Amino acid sequence: MSRRQRSGRLGRSEAASGLLLVSPTALYALLLLAAPLATILAFSFWSQDYLTIDRSFTLKNYQEAFASQANGDMSLYLELMFRSLRISGAVTVATVLLAFPMAYFVSFHVAPSRKSMWIFLITIPFWTSYLIRVFLWKVILGYNGVFNTTLQGVGIIDEPLTFILYNANAVVITLAHAYAPFAILPIFVALEKIDRSLLEASRDLGENHITTFLRVTLPLAMPGVVAAVLIVFIPTIGDYVTPRLVGGPGGQMIANMIQTQFLKLNNAPMGAALAVLAMLMVGAISVIFVMLNRRFLGGQK
Amino acid sequence: MTRPPIIELRDVQKYYGEYHALRGITCDIRQGEFFSLLGPSGCGKTTLLRTIAGFEDVSSGTVVIDGKNMQGVPANQRPTNMVFQSYAIFPHLSVEQNVGFGLRRAGLDKGEMARRVGEALEMVGLAGYGKRAAHALSGGQRQRVALARALILKPKVLLLDEPLSALDKKLRENMQVELIKLQRQVGITFILVTHDQEEALVMSDRIAVMSEGGIAQMDDPETLYRRPNSRWVADFIGVMNFLPAKVVSEAGDTVEVEIAGLGRAELTANQAMASAGGHEVSVGLRPETLTIQFNGNQSGERIAEGVIEEVVYYGDMTYYDVRLDGAAVPVRISMRNLVGRPVLEIGTRARVAWSAGALVLFR
Amino acid sequence: MKGGGLRIYAVLYLVFLYAPIVLLPIFAFNDSTIIAFPLSGFTTKWFGELADIPALHGAVLNSLMIAITTSLLATTLGICASRASARYAFPGKKPIMGFIMLPLVLPEIIVAVALLVVLLALGLPLGAWTVILGHVLICTPFSIAILTSAFANMDRSLEEAAVDLGETPWSTFRLITLPLVMPGIISSLLISFTISLDEFIIAFFLTGTEPTLPVYLWSQLRFPQKIPAVMALGTILVALSVLLLTIAEYYRRRGVARAGGKDTGGFL
Repeated sequence: MSRRQRSGRLGRSEAASGLLLVSPTALYALLLLAAPLATILAFSFWSQDYLTIDRSFTLKNYQEAFASQANGDMSLYLELMFRSLRISGAVTVATVLLAFPMAYFVSFHVAPSRKSMWIFLITIPFWTSYLIRVFLWKVILGYNGVFNTTLQGVGIIDEPLTFILYNANAVVITLAHAYAPFAILPIFVALEKIDRSLLEASRDLGENHITTFLRVTLPLAMPGVVAAVLIVFIPTIGDYVTPRLVGGPGGQMIANMIQTQFLKLNNAPMGAALAVLAMLMVGAISVIFVMLNRRFLGGQK
Repeated sequence: MTRPPIIELRDVQKYYGEYHALRGITCDIRQGEFFSLLGPSGCGKTTLLRTIAGFEDVSSGTVVIDGKNMQGVPANQRPTNMVFQSYAIFPHLSVEQNVGFGLRRAGLDKGEMARRVGEALEMVGLAGYGKRAAHALSGGQRQRVALARALILKPKVLLLDEPLSALDKKLRENMQVELIKLQRQVGITFILVTHDQEEALVMSDRIAVMSEGGIAQMDDPETLYRRPNSRWVADFIGVMNFLPAKVVSEAGDTVEVEIAGLGRAELTANQAMASAGGHEVSVGLRPETLTIQFNGNQSGERIAEGVIEEVVYYGDMTYYDVRLDGAAVPVRISMRNLVGRPVLEIGTRARVAWSAGALVLFR
Repeated sequence: MKGGGLRIYAVLYLVFLYAPIVLLPIFAFNDSTIIAFPLSGFTTKWFGELADIPALHGAVLNSLMIAITTSLLATTLGICASRASARYAFPGKKPIMGFIMLPLVLPEIIVAVALLVVLLALGLPLGAWTVILGHVLICTPFSIAILTSAFANMDRSLEEAAVDLGETPWSTFRLITLPLVMPGIISSLLISFTISLDEFIIAFFLTGTEPTLPVYLWSQLRFPQKIPAVMALGTILVALSVLLLTIAEYYRRRGVARAGGKDTGGFL
């Protein structure tokens, strides 16, 4: 039956019932998300006057964020923004590229009865303490860490590798690990949805394994890839723990600066301005990506 | 002997926003009858059933069940019970918990409850299945559980929303017969929604054929089949050949028409449906009212001649499309495949016997 | 064969995923304060040490209280919103639901500072309840994602059948809807609990004088001599969450195998 015929006397005031039911949750989000975000926006146009907040409107925080340094370099804030963007981009590319074959393997080469076990295996590490996982990467990648001592023991290297800890590389490796399930799951779901007879049809029409993958499987998996990209990219840009623990001075990101402004320098307005800029950046990139994706995939839903 | 009505619908209108789902339905459904709502999908038959059940409210008009106006009476307080298209068997309950579900509020003791559930299961042929889990049932068994669950409450009216559509052909035909028997046994009114005209003809005492939110025709199966009141109904129920015709003369109870391919025929007034002005009319005739003559001229029936253009073999029957001399389109003729009767080939000339009494005139 | 190469890749990938977790017990039982190879002997003293840290016990209790409260509140809010979204059409549904789901794609640090700013502006004291407010906000979208599919997968005519058989809308919800979405509710509770228990950044900003477990751990990571005890604690946490997840998975599978059929029995 059509949806139209399904609404009915139980839903005589369907709109009212729905609104009433959603209202506690919506109200909660309004009070604890909309109001705080609006406050952040307001704060970003105020300034810190020693211990008190000066509530007169000013663009000072944004000017400071964009102002060049005396020597002509871009401001530290901007540098951190671009670095966050770069690191997040690298994490996203690495995570999604590594995740795709894994998702493909589970979807296409694992017996149906064992698929949920594989998914279970993939998600277990994700459910263990994030802090401890990040810390363990420090143990693995460190100067006397597991990785270096192992490679030295086997005789592949003589000196410990130093480019893998306390820099952006370490941040990328650690985040690629932390967000792996977030990338695998949407891609896996998209692959699972593909009607297997489409692949047989493609083979029947003369395509080989590789061209079938490129012309049928990959395009149909794109929605999952897009979801994976967004799910990895957005939270990593605001990650605080990983750059702090394994990033070293060269691997700090915007979230670390926001935290410093709020809790160390006690300059909430500057922190708020940075938070607003970070949100704008995330929003803009997401919109651009979704639009690009729409254009490329045309009518596909 | 017309029994008193159990359901009286008066000018029932239903709008979904701009969409006019029910356009003034007025009809009486009698006590103890097997009544079918028949029509193509989207004609409003399910909406009408759900209106009776109380899942949809009417935009205007009245629904009276057992003498009581149902305005504002919710579904759980109406003397109707429903067998859903999906059967809606509660997956987390056993068969007996499903069947006894509606008795929860009756405050019966355990023994009485078990006895009633056992009775209901026996009635639908599922005695001994009580402890089974609902998801361990086959399609036919689920349907029986749904029936027992609805009938255990002894409703005044049992509503069936396409209950057989999910079953395969053999099982469906068996269940049709069982449903008829069950209805005679319990004696309550059954209202069946179906899009399958054969099912409606087989099972019903009366059928309302619905189209675009209205009732196109309401009659017993035979009248509906033999005397459809419009080309639309004639086309929807079974196969009907239409031949163009001209009215030659009208006098009292008889109409004389000139039919393309058949010639002149005199029809009585009750064969002429939906009178309107104009002389361009058409005549309808069912495939089985035409007969191809195999062994020369045997009967005193009227004979027309034509060429066989298509042959479709069905095992027990063969369908022939025959273009009668002087007609623009072929007519379909169904013939039983009796022993010794050959299947004719395309291109063969055939003699076709017909009788004026089987014709229906559409103006 | 094509699957062969992929299978090797898959196994290597699993090694990558499990590498940190495998190290955890190794160092937890290693008799040295230096977290590096070679190992220097087996000990269980780090586990014993855990028993003597009152601050840790306080943090654990605080975190458990926060996680339990969060999971109950987030699941309740999730039930309301997902039921509304799966069952009713109402004006503004898309923007309202989109807004409720927003924390899913908002960096957590932004949620944290936004809440902090409001609390500071209102002059409210920080404490466990402020952490709960933040955690409910980020857990609710997860709960909704889980429960919407549970509600939407349920055949609508099951509820109609119960009403048709004489039940009121409320008793229908209790007798039919709730038992059928129970697996979803349980997994929503478990996932909200786990997220809250592990969440660091919001707790870091919003906690008062009583730290949560992750905030406490964070403070310990700075002191090398405390690390082995952290490893021991981590080992216990990993063992517990693997146990919890295995149980949840077992029930989920059993639920699926019985077509959502769980015998709630007894009310007939």
